[in-house]
Amino acid sequence: MNEVARKSIGRFVPLLVFAVLVAFFVVGLIWNQSHDARFVPSPLINKPAPAFNLPRLKQPATSISKASMLGKPYLLNVFASWCFACGDEHPVLMAYRDKFGIPLIGYDYKDKPADARAWLERHGDPYHEVITDESGVTALDFGVYGAPETYLIDAQGIIRYKHIGPLTPEVIAKDLQPKIDALQRGGT
Amino acid sequence: MTPELGQLALILALILSALQCVLPIVGAWRGSRPLMATGRSLAIGQFVFVALAFGILTWAFWINDFSVAYVAQNSNLTLPWYYRLAAVWGAHEGSLLLWMLILNLWTVALVALGGKLPQEFFSRVIGVLGFVAFGFLLYMVATSNPFVRILPAPPNGADLNPVLQDPGLTFHPPLLYMGYVGFSVAFAFAIASLLGGELKATWVRWARPWTNVAWGFLTIGIVAGSAWAYYELGWGGWWFWDPVENASFMPWLIGAALIHAQAITDKRGGLRAWTLLLSIFGFAFSLLGTFLVRSGLLTSVHAFAFAPTRGLFILVYLGVVIGGSLLLYALRAPRVTGGQSFALASRETMMVIGNLMLTVACAMVMLGTLYPLVGEALGIGRISVGPPYFGPLFLLLMTPLVLALPFGPLSRWGKADLKVWGRALVKIVVLAVAAGCIGFIAGARSFYQLLGITAAVWVMAGVALFAIKRWREAPAGKRYPFEMVGMMLAHFGIGVFIAGAILTRSMSVEQDVSMRPGSSVEVGAYDFQFHGVTETQGPNYRAQQGTVSITRNGKPVVALHPQKRTYAGGQVQTEAAIQAGIFRDLYVSLGDRIGDGAWSLRVYDKPFVRWIWGGGILMMLGSFAVVLDRRFRLKHAVEPETAHAEPEPVPPAKLADEHA
Amino acid sequence: MKRFAAIALLAFALTFASHAFAIDPLPFQSNAERLRFQHLTSELRCMVCQDESLLASNADFAKQLRRQIFDQMQQGKSDKEIKDWLVARYSTFILYDPPLATSTIALWFGTPAIFLIGAGVVIVLLRRRARPAATITEESGEDW
Repeated sequence: MNEVARKSIGRFVPLLVFAVLVAFFVVGLIWNQSHDARFVPSPLINKPAPAFNLPRLKQPATSISKASMLGKPYLLNVFASWCFACGDEHPVLMAYRDKFGIPLIGYDYKDKPADARAWLERHGDPYHEVITDESGVTALDFGVYGAPETYLIDAQGIIRYKHIGPLTPEVIAKDLQPKIDALQRGGT
Repeated sequence: MTPELGQLALILALILSALQCVLPIVGAWRGSRPLMATGRSLAIGQFVFVALAFGILTWAFWINDFSVAYVAQNSNLTLPWYYRLAAVWGAHEGSLLLWMLILNLWTVALVALGGKLPQEFFSRVIGVLGFVAFGFLLYMVATSNPFVRILPAPPNGADLNPVLQDPGLTFHPPLLYMGYVGFSVAFAFAIASLLGGELKATWVRWARPWTNVAWGFLTIGIVAGSAWAYYELGWGGWWFWDPVENASFMPWLIGAALIHAQAITDKRGGLRAWTLLLSIFGFAFSLLGTFLVRSGLLTSVHAFAFAPTRGLFILVYLGVVIGGSLLLYALRAPRVTGGQSFALASRETMMVIGNLMLTVACAMVMLGTLYPLVGEALGIGRISVGPPYFGPLFLLLMTPLVLALPFGPLSRWGKADLKVWGRALVKIVVLAVAAGCIGFIAGARSFYQLLGITAAVWVMAGVALFAIKRWREAPAGKRYPFEMVGMMLAHFGIGVFIAGAILTRSMSVEQDVSMRPGSSVEVGAYDFQFHGVTETQGPNYRAQQGTVSITRNGKPVVALHPQKRTYAGGQVQTEAAIQAGIFRDLYVSLGDRIGDGAWSLRVYDKPFVRWIWGGGILMMLGSFAVVLDRRFRLKHAVEPETAHAEPEPVPPAKLADEHA
Repeated sequence: MKRFAAIALLAFALTFASHAFAIDPLPFQSNAERLRFQHLTSELRCMVCQDESLLASNADFAKQLRRQIFDQMQQGKSDKEIKDWLVARYSTFILYDPPLATSTIALWFGTPAIFLIGAGVVIVLLRRRARPAATITEESGEDW
């Protein structure tokens, strides 16, 4: 009798394993609804931003460096004139540029400065400052792999948040603004 | 008007499938012949309506009816007619309809050829297939209707993705689906057996030909996909362990195990529960593959555009069909261990080892493919799993299988003659090592090259030794039954595949070069000379066409014309130019203009790459050959309890539980 | 909102995606160097077209990263150093080879575990089936 009973339990193993698998899938599907699978979390969160020293778009003779930005938090928004999704994000940036409460710095990525200027002229300029990285080499240090991407950098130059893809009002309300506010209050 | 008829046809098919899954099974349960007989007609009726729907969709493509949204999304006025027809299954909705059509083809084939099976059993099989069909048709009608209209109809459609405008597209999905869907037959047989509580395992003999054919199609479908990727994607690769490729490989591995488990159960009566389980797994992995591709859960160039409802629906379907089957298995699987016993050294053991390694390999592929998903679900981060995981592990797992491969056929059932094994082992080792040495002398120096040569010869020598032994020992006229021929072809194909896969990997030469017209580059023993680029035109594209002439020792070999095409919709597609050869491919791709009249080009020398697909073709031929065997012909109608066609399997020695 | 995200995602991807592939003549100094480069970049994921390797992808990002890797190779960096450099910026997701870490224990040890369980079952099965030679029938002819 014991032999048969033991066999019976073994017979249920495939069903149980399958049930666990289905459970994973269900969780996965649910997760997929609220996340975008392509957007990979950055390893630079809570780490110092890479040192950069890039020319301004409008006055190329001058530049902005990481050191010059220390002392107050700011947003770094990676964009380019050839980037479709940046066009989608643009109205949101225009609407929120003053609501963030901190400077919005444009980071023109792998773009000809003339094209970038023309693009900003055509669409409007939401940025307080724009720097250019024509070769994209500095962007590698930031872990940029596409545009648009947005970094929140605090007063000590530490990256506190990164958003990949266009900013939307939902993302700003839910994730970005709370972090900005926390930094403003002096926390992290 | 006609597309709406297509929609109606699908709804009618849905209704019929619902009846098909209920009536014959109730009939079998109640012993009602009239009810059982309905199965046949319902199956045929369903086929008619599904075929009608498929025909209507095809017609819509043929006449460029852009009022049908699916046509507008996947076809275009400039698309050549042969790609218009293939575009029918180029995206989600159409591919589902193809799936349904193929399911119906298998069911109708069963109706036509399975007439001599006991009616009760047969009705259950048809009923199970009806259940499978019902779920899919419901899915289509509810979430993926191919006949949705756009009004007003656009004047022109979007183009079919240029990557898909290729003869490979015409063959790869239908062949693959023939395999995927074909496993539903083995599945239906297994479920029917569980439902009927059959004690004997005779249903396995009836299931074997169907399973072999399905596996054969799956093999050639995968081969077609691999060959297509090789020449279409242009960088010489033939397998990427891409999640969707893995989704087709998992049922293939299970199918290979199933074929062998079925053989043991058929001839020796043992492993019945395992054969049942594998039959369920095989189809489960087919369904899993279908789910994964449409769920949006996997990052893959292959994946169809996803919508959440579609993914969820298939998951529910998967859960019900497979969960239900596994529950049925848990409750009804044979509790008695039947079948003949066998010694540790025996053909059965060799085949069990093979089954073990194939199943573990399938589990490994599943683990690697699903792990990123699991990682997300459990919040442990984005895990990336790719070829460096799958490749080495697969190689490791296949090693015991390759080592054991020659010794299964060389053994008897029940107990191997160790002397025979010993002698064979010596011969095989000698041949393999000799081949390795010849390779070494011929220039093979890397570990992988030598591994490839010795492993391939190990397998091929095993088959050859068996063939010779059989020739000597079996009476004339009975030497090589079809089943055995199939086995030899397939096993030999494995050897050919091993040679191709490992040698290509270790011997390929690939170079990116920038060349001016007139310059040349040496790759291996060949000289590639570039002659510049001209403009040409195709039916729906403009192309820049390069000319590269290849010589060897001064003698001309071939002139290749790689192209860079710009399609009507603006997409750019690179068409590689390949000189295919039995022993090596020469391959050229055109890159970009680099100023000064120079162009970048990629040139390859790929030895033995065709052996990869040649091995696959041999495996397919082998599996098809098996079904021709006399053993599987039912000469007269089979009565349920005396179900022996010919020759009879030796009755099990004991049916009761065995205790030590 | 979901659709917006999907469109944005598509636009983001299409910005880079193309179905050509990456022909990139680089001035290798030897065959061995080229093979090393090809091997290394084939094991790295293109972050843009995430189902292509750095070797195969035609995305601009991939081109740039290939250059970067080539330069680092010229500077004498080892494979490990190059990978570490990339992982620091792009996370381990850029590697196709999952590193051995607490998060991947089940991945790496899962297969051996399954194998051992399976082998265990097989051994039990074989022991149960094994019988002394006496009961194995020596039937003639139909040994197939």
